[in-house]
Amino acid sequence: MKINSLDPRISRAELDDESKIGELHGNEHFQTYEVFQQIKRGTHHQHVGNVHAPNAEMAMLFAKEQYCRRGAAVNLWVVKTADVFVTEYQDADIFETTEDKLYRDPNSYKVMDRINAFKARTNNA
Amino acid sequence: MEFTERHVEGLKELLYKMADDLLIIGHRNSEWTGLGPMLEEDIAFSSMAQDKIGQSLALFELLHELGESDPDTVAFTRNAPQFHCSQLVELPIGEYDFSMVRHFFFDHAEAIRFGMLSETVFEPLAMVAKKFKGEIKYHTMHADIFMQKLAAGGEESFGRMQQAINENFGLALGMFEPGDFEAELIEAGIFGGEAELQQRWLDKVVPLLTSYGYMVPSVDAVEPAFGGRKGVHTPHLQPLLDEMTEVFSIDPGADW
Repeated sequence: MKINSLDPRISRAELDDESKIGELHGNEHFQTYEVFQQIKRGTHHQHVGNVHAPNAEMAMLFAKEQYCRRGAAVNLWVVKTADVFVTEYQDADIFETTEDKLYRDPNSYKVMDRINAFKARTNNA
Repeated sequence: MEFTERHVEGLKELLYKMADDLLIIGHRNSEWTGLGPMLEEDIAFSSMAQDKIGQSLALFELLHELGESDPDTVAFTRNAPQFHCSQLVELPIGEYDFSMVRHFFFDHAEAIRFGMLSETVFEPLAMVAKKFKGEIKYHTMHADIFMQKLAAGGEESFGRMQQAINENFGLALGMFEPGDFEAELIEAGIFGGEAELQQRWLDKVVPLLTSYGYMVPSVDAVEPAFGGRKGVHTPHLQPLLDEMTEVFSIDPGADW
């Protein structure tokens, strides 16, 4: 028996008792695009989510309403999800760093810069 | 230049038809909420419908400052013959092709009208026109991209869109029904007039549609659906108003 719903999108999908939930067929869904939003000119774009769309222009239209309706933005990038090259989680160990290489960590330099700047300011005052 | 009584009357007539158009198209398009062809488009179309209601509110507020009743009273207590919206906006949403073409025709007219009004001598209206410039730009961008993509979406898609253009064209021309104060509005620098607006609109939409591959009916061959500006409406408007005002009518004094 076909599922008859008040939501016409459910009815249109012609689901029946035999339909397997989550089964996808070709051309049934649009591809996804990843959305990157820039808050202020000159700053970097930040990933904010994704949208389904048949092409990049429509992805841009949808992204604007999904992600920028209430937040300020000056620029959007949309990129086909399929075009994003991803690393494998099983290779996550490539990001590990060994403890004896803390000198590579720039934190202490940053702090020293700020301490020196503060000293310079207070000495002049 | 001092505004005479006729200038003010003309200004009010202009504001009423703009505000009514926006209120009714906003309400109509909101009927797609939850039924859109896909989730993302459902959200985008609903957002734009909401924008239209907000734009109408800004115009009803201007009318209130000119001595008319407050926006809620004006929006929710009039009957069809007191509405000045064009017949284009009051028709049922139909299929998505009809709603999309109406959105394309209406929003280009609105964009041009607001563009002209950003230069009006009536400063508060110029400020409203400028305020919504970006919002309306997105609306026309949305309509343009859909019209373009659906033209290239295969035989069925093209055929349905072309059919909807043919259906909508005369209705859309009805938007430019001249008012009773055209000469006064032009003379005072309030608004450049409906004839000028129609010409600019044709100069915009005809080349766009042609570039997407559609055929555009000839203006001379189509009867414009006039009447709406004078309170003559199709049977579709009153049921819309009944539904829109249902909650308000239960308790008009309620605090929102």
